[in-house]
Order: sequence, then structure tokens, then C-alpha cells
Amino acid sequence: MQAIEFEPWDDPQQKPLIRFQNVTKRFGDFTAIDDLSLDIFEKEFFALLGPSGCGKTTMMRMLGGFETPTKGRIELAGKDIGPVPPNKRAVNMMFQSYALFPHLSIWDNIAFGLRRDKKPKDEIDRRVEEMLKLTRLEKFARRKPHQISGGQRQRVALARSLAKAPKLLLLDEPLGALDKKLRQDTQFELMDIQETTGTTFVIVTHDQEEAMTVASRVAVMDEGRLIQVETPARIYETPNSVYVADFIGDVNIINGEATAIGEERYRITWGDALPPLVATSAKPFSDGQTCHLAIRPEKVTISTEKPQEADNAVQGKVLDIAYLGNLSTYHVELPTGTIIKAQTANTRRIARRNITWEDPVWLSWTATAGVMLAE
Amino acid sequence: MMRLSWFNVVSLTLGFVFLYLPMVILVIFSFNESKLVTVWAGFSTKWYGELLQNEAFLNAAWVTLKVAVMSSTLATALGTMAAYVLVRGGRFFGRTLFSGMIYAPLVMPEVITGLSLLLLFIGIGLDRGVMTIVLAHTTFSMCYVSVVVSSRLVTFDRSLEEAALDLGCSPAEAFRLVTLPIIAPAVISGWLLAFTLSLDDLVIASFTSGPSATTLPIKIFSAVRLGVSPEINALSTLMIGIVTVGVIAASLVSKQSMIRQKREEQQAARAQ
Amino acid sequence: MMRRFALIAVPYLWLLLLFLVPFVIVLKISLSDTALAIPPYTPTLDWAEGLGSFFSQLDFENFIWLTQDDLYWRAYLSSLVIALVSTALTLMIGYPMAYGMARAPEEWRPTLMMLVILPFWTSFLIRVYAWMGILSNEGFLNQFLLWIGVIDTPLTILNTNTAVYIGIVYTYLPFMILPIYAALDRMDGSLIEAAEDLGCSRLSAFWLVTVPLSRNGIIAGCFLVFIPALGEFVIPSLLGGSGTLMIGKVLWEEFFSNRDWPVASAVAVVLLLILVVPIVLFQRNQQKQSEAET
Repeated sequence: MQAIEFEPWDDPQQKPLIRFQNVTKRFGDFTAIDDLSLDIFEKEFFALLGPSGCGKTTMMRMLGGFETPTKGRIELAGKDIGPVPPNKRAVNMMFQSYALFPHLSIWDNIAFGLRRDKKPKDEIDRRVEEMLKLTRLEKFARRKPHQISGGQRQRVALARSLAKAPKLLLLDEPLGALDKKLRQDTQFELMDIQETTGTTFVIVTHDQEEAMTVASRVAVMDEGRLIQVETPARIYETPNSVYVADFIGDVNIINGEATAIGEERYRITWGDALPPLVATSAKPFSDGQTCHLAIRPEKVTISTEKPQEADNAVQGKVLDIAYLGNLSTYHVELPTGTIIKAQTANTRRIARRNITWEDPVWLSWTATAGVMLAE
Repeated sequence: MMRLSWFNVVSLTLGFVFLYLPMVILVIFSFNESKLVTVWAGFSTKWYGELLQNEAFLNAAWVTLKVAVMSSTLATALGTMAAYVLVRGGRFFGRTLFSGMIYAPLVMPEVITGLSLLLLFIGIGLDRGVMTIVLAHTTFSMCYVSVVVSSRLVTFDRSLEEAALDLGCSPAEAFRLVTLPIIAPAVISGWLLAFTLSLDDLVIASFTSGPSATTLPIKIFSAVRLGVSPEINALSTLMIGIVTVGVIAASLVSKQSMIRQKREEQQAARAQ
Repeated sequence: MMRRFALIAVPYLWLLLLFLVPFVIVLKISLSDTALAIPPYTPTLDWAEGLGSFFSQLDFENFIWLTQDDLYWRAYLSSLVIALVSTALTLMIGYPMAYGMARAPEEWRPTLMMLVILPFWTSFLIRVYAWMGILSNEGFLNQFLLWIGVIDTPLTILNTNTAVYIGIVYTYLPFMILPIYAALDRMDGSLIEAAEDLGCSRLSAFWLVTVPLSRNGIIAGCFLVFIPALGEFVIPSLLGGSGTLMIGKVLWEEFFSNRDWPVASAVAVVLLLILVVPIVLFQRNQQKQSEAET
């Protein structure tokens, strides 16, 4: 457990490192970023997450200086950086394609930015050595980019963009080109490096797992707008909309009408054939208001017998079973045709073989398992 | 793997015989003792000796070389700029006209290009000589250079330039330190193409040269009109020889470096 | 901003001054009267007088002259015929070669490719000249044919249209082979196997699959031969005879021998108008091809 919570976004005293103020970016008729405001704090590992075309790359390119906002203001450490060209910004970027200079050795690639600053030679040498050590590339310093593997190239790109000790490092899908296994290792490496250097990282990714793993906060974007900006845990457990719930992880969405039955407690009616559900919500719903109940599959229990004392229990039959090794996901069809997914951990070998296709089963969950969403 | 049929073999053999036999005959008969080019009378290198004493040919060769070096260098600079503008320039006023002017000279009959340039030079009262040929050659070969360079620039990963800017380069530095070294092979082949086109050109040079400047093709053309001569055979052999050696050497070098690069990439992938 | 402006302006101005303006001058002179002074034309358009007077004085005398003297339209016509026939001949020789190259073992292909490109780097003039020694009455071809006894008296080939055809086919053959080879090389070899699997014979697989798929290469190759052949000057003047009429040669003679600049300019303008059609078609083919690839 962390000794001190790192939560500068909850502290009104903190000054953000980056501040987007009502930023809009249009390309012709297309609005890539729509009146967006966002604060990012020093030492954060901030992830911009969304499907392709949601504007996340445009955000990053505006921070890098490759695009200028059509409207609004972007501040870095309190200064408007709108008119500052990319080569004059204390911001460095790691490109999706890595953009290593093919005609230069690994050493010269890392030293490239330092040489532009006309630093003394011994200082450049020292810094390059330091970067090579940080990214475990000492052995490859004299090689050219095509002479090293994909994973090593990724580390060179990282070392090169960190060499100038930027206030802010931008990472554009930094792990997109690596295969799954290498990607997972590299995620932890990135986190270590971010912690050691104390640099603020902003990462762009479409991979929700990656964002959840590395980031201190995640911004979920869609069509040029921020949908939710929160820590990974809160994004997962308390999504603010069906879009976020659906984008992050697997989820069941049940549509119904809410009626208050007590303190932060509601009854949800969802079709005549089924008993109403019970759920809690800190956010108030008026009687008769349409609501969407989002429940993660792993919070739904599956059993052959009717469970006792469950807040919610419905009956259905098994339509499909997806066996993933560590987990099994059951797709259960209710009499109304709705399909609810339930997930169980396979903690014992060949467990739960007693449930199979077409079996009638009971699904149950507690009142606090789901989140009630208005939209 | 598909097998070559007899038809493929025959058509390739005949085709290459057709392409190379005339040049082979020409080379062989440049070593002919006799003045009669079509009758073999024993081996001799005397026509080469005579060629080297022919002041007019040597002068023309010198002029041609000067023109070719100057025009290809100018054309490479202008053509690379034009390619950069076409691929990276974005929108600007008269872009369509500009790209039209880049592509049109490639398909323009030489007689028309030559005639129009001559009329321009007369119109503005420019004395015809080495200078006017250089201007003319630069104009049409810059278009070839720009086609070669822009086809390379199209596949150039733009993020390399952005990375250079990001690491503190001004746009000019980014071009000099990153873009230019990477597209250098295309720029060099553009230069070589422009150089060869200039060496080769008869029609445009005939229109735009004056009495003070005669290029080798002009000289050869006027000699050849009178018929075949062993001296021209010797000259042709020299030119063919230089080009053959150059092209073969260039292709060997590029093949070698390609093989090396491939091997290193495989090694790197395996080491992972 | 300044730098970007300069980058665009330098090549732009160069081409405007040395490519576009000269054409305007050609157009202008083609509309002037012939005079014997040097420069041998009286300008119809004085830049100072402006366009108004230009249009009022406009005369198409030179163009009318082109239609009246049958030398010119016969030259245009015969240029078209020669260019068309030699394009067809080049295709007939080039296609089997490109096809053979595409079917050759992988490790031979770069060498074959180089053998096709090599002549392109050697002097055009020398390659045309090489045929003069072969085609003349005492040339190697006649010596060979006499020796094997096919003929008794030497054939006259040099200074005829036949020699011009040979010259054009020879010099432009690489332009035909390369695009067709590129198209065939891109083709997936399993397509032929699929066609044969579905019941095609070798030959019908070739006609039904290979040829249609190399269509764009064929079209590109034909235009690359046809367009320069139409305005060709060196080949007809070295290999052709007095009876060989090609418009490039006529233009050259009109200019250098007759010193009739206005008519030479008018010949150039008409040649250009004839070329516009194939050039536009060619561009469209190239565009279609590049769109299909992306």
C-alpha cells in the first residue's frame, strides 16, 4: 500500500502543470476537440483513452506543438504555449512509430536533442550514458536502429525523448507495436521509469487495459469530449455513463425505471415478466425516471439452486460458455430474451462442470453490485 | 515456383539479343583496323588514338560535361525543392498549375521544348551558349528529379521530421539533419538521372546552343548524318563502357547494402 | 513563413519563366506574320499594347497555311500511323519479355531488370546510330542474310520507314517492358493456379487472368512509347529516308532550314493539341492505378 496518497487533483492548493481551457480544434468542418477543459498535475501518469478518432491524438499533438488550437488556451506551468513552436517547448514526445533516425546510431539518436541545445560534450556523454543505463541499452549504443529488436527500439525512443529531461513526456501508443507478452512487461518498466525520473507522462492509448495498468488517472474521450476523468479504480467501479461502463471492461446494462424505496435505495422495474431489482445510488433519481443499471459480470453469481437472501435473483438458461482458463463467462438468457453475463474464477481445476449449455440457472447480485446510470 | 516455359526462354533470349547485339557489334567494330566499318580487317585501337587527337570532339566533350554537371546540380536543388513543395507544401495558390508544370515536361516532345526555349532566349535577348543550354537542361531535368524525389518523400515517415522538431531542431535543421540524409539515395539517383539526360540530349541542346558552344551529341549527330564512321564507334564504345561500369557498380553496391541490412534485421529480430 | 514562401517561389518562378512563358511565346509567334528579318517574324503582340490589340490583330494565317499545304497534314497523319504501329510492335516484343521476366526465378530478376534498364542509361543517339551500321546496304543484316542465302541482292532498309519502326521499337522497348513487368510482378501467382484448378487450360488462363490483370501496365507502357514516338526527331532523321514524314522532323526543318518561325510554332501548337488527348488519358490511367493501390 502506498504510504502517502498521490492525489493532487483533489487538492485545491495544487497548481496544474498543464491546463486546457475551453480548447476547440477544428480541421475544416470536422471538430476534433470540442470546448474541452482539463488539468494535469506534475508527476502524474495521465492516460488519454478512447476509440480511434475520439480526439486523443489531437490533444497530444497540441501539447507537442504540432497542432494549434482553433479556440481556447493551453498552459504549461502557467504559461500559454499556443504560439510556441515544437522545438522551443520543454515537452518531448515518443512517437507511435518510434521515429528513430535510421541513419544515426542509438547513441546519436539519444544525443540528438542534447546536441541541439549546444550542451558541452562531456555533459552530453554523461547524459546519454545515464539514459542508456536507465533503459538497459548500454550494449547497443553503437548499433543502428535496424540492428536491434522491436522492444529495444521502443526503449531507444523512450531514452531519446527523456534525454532532455522534459517537464512533460508525451507517449503516443507507446506499446502498440509490441506483442502482448512484451507489452505487459514494458508497461511495468514504463511505470518504474516514470517514478524514477519524476517526469509527468501523458500517454495516448486505445487499449483500456494498458491505461488502467499504468495511469494514475484516466480520461475517457469520445467525439472530442471528455466523458470521465478519474483514477482507474473509480472509472471501473463508478463509471459516470453507459459509454464509460461499456468502454472499460465487460458490463451488463439493464434498462428500467427507477422508484425510490428508501435512503439512496431504488427499485428498478424492467419488464412485466421479471421481478423488480433493488439497487443503490448516491445520485438521486426521480420516480419513473429511466435508468441503466450497469453490473460487471464478475459481480453476478451463478448457481443451480435459487440463492437465499440475495437482493436480486433472476432465472434463465445458459446460452454460451466462454472458457478463458483463469475465468469462465456464462451467457445466460432470461425469459424476456435479455442476455446477462456472469463470470466466475476457475479456482479449482475442472470446477463448475456441473453447469453446462441449456441448463436452467439462477443469477444473483447484491443491491450495491451495480451502478445506476442516467445516461 | 513457376517454371520457365520454352516460350519464356526464347522470348527473353531473343529480346535481350535484340537489345544488346547492336551495341556489341558497335563495340567490336570500334576496334576494326579498316575505315570501312562493316568489313573486319583486324584488331586495332587506332581510332581511339585519333579520337583523342580530335580537338573538336574533345572540346565538345568538355562543354557537354560542364553543362551536365551544372545543370544536373541545379536541377537536383530545384527538383528536390519542388518535390518537397508538392509532397509537403500543403495548399497554396496555383498548386495545380505547379504540379502541371512539373509533369508536363516529362511528356513534352523535345522539339517543342527546344523551340519554345529558343524563342524565349531570343525574345529576352540572351546570347546563346553554355549558359542557355544549362538553363534549358535544368528546366526539363528538374522535373525528372522532382518525380524521383517525391516518390521517395511520399513513403517518408513524417513523424521522423516531427521527432527532430520535438527534439529542438528548427525546420531547416530538421531538413538538413534528418530528411536530407534519409532521402539522399533518391536525391543522388535524381542527380544521376539529370546528368545522363543532359549528356544525352541532342534536340534541346541544338535549339538552345549557339556557335560558341557545341555539345557532344550535336557533334556526333552532324558526323553521323554523313554515315557510319569508326571514330564515332570508338567514342560510342567509351560512352557505353563508362555507363555500363557505372550502372553495374551502383547496382552491386546497393544490392550489397540491401543484403547486409536484411541480414542485420533478421539477427536483431532473432536476438529479441 | 518566409522560408516556406521562398521554397515554393523558387521552383515555381523557374518553371513559370522557363516553361510556361516560352509556350505563350510559341503561341504568340504562331499567330504572327512571317517576315524575313531576324528574328524572322513580326510580333503580333507587343506586350506594351496589351491584350486588346492582340485579339483584334489575331490571325490564323499560319494555321490556315497548315491545312492548305498537304505536307503538314500528311506529316501529322504519318506520325500518328508510325507511332501507333511501332507502339503495337513494341507491345508484341515487350510483353513476352516482361512475362518471361516475371516468371523467371526470383534470384535472376534483379539482373534481368538491370539488363532492361541499362540501355536506358546509355546514349539514345548512340543506340540509334548502332542501327545505321546494321541496316545499311552493306550492313551486317544484309551480309548475314546474303550469307545464309535468303536473299541474292541486298535489301534497302536504312532510310525507309521500316528502319524507323525498328529504331523506335528498339529505343523505347524498356519503357514498354518496365510497367508491364511491374504489373505482372505484383500479380498473385496462385491466381493462375486457381484458374487452372477451375478448369482453364494454360493458354486460356493466360488470356482470362494474366492479360486482364496486367492491363494497367500495358496501357501505361503503350502511352510511354506512343507519346514520345509521336514527336520523335532523331530516329526519323537518322534512320528514315526523304520519304519518311514525321512531324518532329518537319518542325525541325521548318525552323532550321526554312527559317519560318511562325509556321514552325504553328506546327508545334498543333502537335501539342494532338498530344493532349493521349496525355490526359495516360494521366487518368495512372491516377486510377494509384487509387486502386491505396
